[in-house]
Amino acid sequence: MLNDRLLQQLADIVGADNVSASAVDRITHSFDATQRQCLPDVVVHPGNAEEISRIVRLANAQRIPLLPRGAGSGFTGGSLPVHGGIVLVLTRMNRILEIDVDNLIAVVQPGVVTGRLQKEVERLGLFYPPDPASKDFSTLGGNIAECAGGPRCVKYGVTRDYVLGLEVVTPTGEIIHTGGRTMKNVVGYDLTRLFVGSEGTLGVVTRIILRLLPKPEARKTMLVAFASIDGAAEAVSAVIRGKIIPTTLEFMDGSAIDCVRKAAPLDLPLDCRAALIIEVDGDQAVLDGQVDRILAIIQPLGMLETRVAATSEESEAIWKVRRSVSPSLRNLNPHKFNEDIVVPRSRVPEMIRALEAISNRYGVPIVNFGHAGDGNIHVNVMVDLAEAGMEDKVQSALHDIFRATVDLGGSVSGEHGIGTAKAAYIGMELDPATLAAMRTIKKALDPNNIMNPGKIFLEDQPEPGATAG
Amino acid sequence: MAELKTLEDYRNKIAQCVRCGACQAHCPVYLETGREGSVARGKIVLAAAVLDGEVELDERLREEISLCLLCGSCVVKCPNHTPTDAIVGALRRQITETHGLTPIGKGVAALTGSKSLIKTLLKGADLLSPLLFKKIPETSGLRLRFSPELLRERSLPPIPERNLFARVPELLEGDADKPTVGVFAGCALTYLYPQVGELLARLPHSLGYSVFTPRDQGCCGMPALSSGNGPLIDKLTGANLKAFAGRKIAAILTGCASCHGMLAGHSAEKAGNPFGAELVDIHVFLAQHGLVERLAALPKWQQRVRVTYHDPCHLRSAGVVRQPRDLLRTLPQVEFVEMEDAGLCCGLGGTFTAAHPGLSRSIGDRKLQGLQASGATLIASGCPGCILQLQDIVDRAGLPVRAVHTLELIQQALSESPQ
Repeated sequence: MLNDRLLQQLADIVGADNVSASAVDRITHSFDATQRQCLPDVVVHPGNAEEISRIVRLANAQRIPLLPRGAGSGFTGGSLPVHGGIVLVLTRMNRILEIDVDNLIAVVQPGVVTGRLQKEVERLGLFYPPDPASKDFSTLGGNIAECAGGPRCVKYGVTRDYVLGLEVVTPTGEIIHTGGRTMKNVVGYDLTRLFVGSEGTLGVVTRIILRLLPKPEARKTMLVAFASIDGAAEAVSAVIRGKIIPTTLEFMDGSAIDCVRKAAPLDLPLDCRAALIIEVDGDQAVLDGQVDRILAIIQPLGMLETRVAATSEESEAIWKVRRSVSPSLRNLNPHKFNEDIVVPRSRVPEMIRALEAISNRYGVPIVNFGHAGDGNIHVNVMVDLAEAGMEDKVQSALHDIFRATVDLGGSVSGEHGIGTAKAAYIGMELDPATLAAMRTIKKALDPNNIMNPGKIFLEDQPEPGATAG
Repeated sequence: MAELKTLEDYRNKIAQCVRCGACQAHCPVYLETGREGSVARGKIVLAAAVLDGEVELDERLREEISLCLLCGSCVVKCPNHTPTDAIVGALRRQITETHGLTPIGKGVAALTGSKSLIKTLLKGADLLSPLLFKKIPETSGLRLRFSPELLRERSLPPIPERNLFARVPELLEGDADKPTVGVFAGCALTYLYPQVGELLARLPHSLGYSVFTPRDQGCCGMPALSSGNGPLIDKLTGANLKAFAGRKIAAILTGCASCHGMLAGHSAEKAGNPFGAELVDIHVFLAQHGLVERLAALPKWQQRVRVTYHDPCHLRSAGVVRQPRDLLRTLPQVEFVEMEDAGLCCGLGGTFTAAHPGLSRSIGDRKLQGLQASGATLIASGCPGCILQLQDIVDRAGLPVRAVHTLELIQQALSESPQ
């Protein structure tokens, strides 16, 4: 597929230092945060949209797969070169072009790390809310491709809610501009929303216009321990019914608490089988009142203990409990299957019970924690794949988990995307006509299927418009 | 003495990396290059490929593996604590075994491997002065390690006439009821900054301890580790063990973070500390022995100088962050301020600065924003390597800031009268 002539053409576009087909570079761009590895043929570090447009035209003419890549920290294989091809690494395009304090807008390149933008805008008293756990290393381009979420999304929404406009190089090499710099804009189709969450299958985002908010003055964190997951879930519903939307409403189930407790001493009552971390933010003057109201609402619901952080150190100590869940999982078993299902928040207790049943059915530990406030549960099936038949068991367990999720009106992915990891389950959630509509869009924008092929849709499904048999 | 580990010994540790990418946020090299091969995750995947015979130790691989400061930032922040610094060390030794030492590695071997050579060269001469190079044959590794081309752009301290061993006796007798502590000074505090090395011995002595500074101690081996020279690490470790053997000591004190990191086994991942006595950073020792309280009791100076602190990587990764600050904060002549990114690497990284001078400088320049915003006129640190690099960073930027060792400020507080 790749010959010296193509390498030369790529070098002519981006400079020889930014093209490599060496074994080393191919290996270092063969993975993401899934445990799979697929070698690309060549790695390119482009510097701007024009270069990308020229590369895309080359690839399109020669039918070579193109893989846009940011930090390569996705959980579903979005940046894996499953069919080889050219990896387009966007880390050189890492400039914050503009922070407009009058219009509350930031204009950035796709390689800007999310946490860096947050730090810069916060210096100016502004706020970019989406906070995926990977925010200190994942890029805004990647966040847009996957429509990243995070704990703060309960109150503030997800990445798509902050994207006002995009510059995109389409799979045929056109540079297009969606949306703009205003909150209101109804001219033509809302292509911005189409590209957000498209997992790099519809084009390469080269410039991003983001909406900002004023930075909340203060925040207040509390940890509430419950004797059962039902108490915790009822507390979540009661708080929301009480017309309070906390900034974050994180939960850990009994299995997650056990895991943390095994790894290190944990300052929670022994009979605690679920815990909520609730954080509110806003003006200092209203925060204390809000905390009191939340406590009044959940007081009657069988809680064991409440801890309200008085200082930022105490708040940090509470968050440390939550953050210690993930690393502690490995003490359980070496292999982790990490899913990010989401159900309507009132169905969280039912979902947790379904997960317990599945865990018992297959004899595999399942640890659950995550964003109770928006029903987004991080389900971690922990196994040792060296055990005979475990691979099949895991697949069956995952199948049952997704089935239960969809049956409760939920979705198989809240924030990680489909990629390759969940392509097999997309048909559980989307009916054939809806899937066909999506594939028609893909086909229209990417007639030669060069842009991140093999993602979202199962490859053995017929192309739209193809005649069966 | 425990054998140095091979790459094969790290097979299980390599498998611990789940490729989450968290190391990207903490790797000083990756923050500059933005390239996957620079960061721990990329290097771990390459190490796995080397183990499985999927990639040659070719030039491109050797270049990527050279792009590591061995600062250990990724190890501390890794959810699974994958010891990437140690794995890179093993990989470099494997490269050296099959491809020989790089020119810089040969320079390190020539300089740190021979005590007589280092002494001869340093006797009254400015090791790092370009003039010295006129007297060194073209073929010497020394020319390659500290080539005049490299030095022209770097500001360096003048080399003092008398080294540490000419300044303190081998044994400083203390109180009869106090034990003896050892001093491991390292090359920089022996030859480049002997006035600081002297404080490393005299401050514990002033607390009543007997202080043993053996003459036969040599290089800690960090440059040898950095250049993948396993036999040299063994040779130096053996010599240092011998130097401290045969005398009962309560602790071995270090005033150089890199020496501490190397000897404590952080980067070597040998079977822990090879010495019989515990290795203790001087800040920790002084804080444990009541110096914070003693400094706090001193009358505050009218004219206080604004000081900030730079965390040396090898103290930060050893968890020594509080004690240097506690000491600085209580100094009567100091107004202590934190700077943003105090924990960011200075970019020196053993032989890294010689192999990648441009990258080393741009990593170092990341310190400037926080330093300038702090308004400090002195930047204190606990590692002579960092101090050398920090002075170069501020000099190139034209800032009126001086880099000092924390011990120098402590000595000033204890010896000068308030102003």
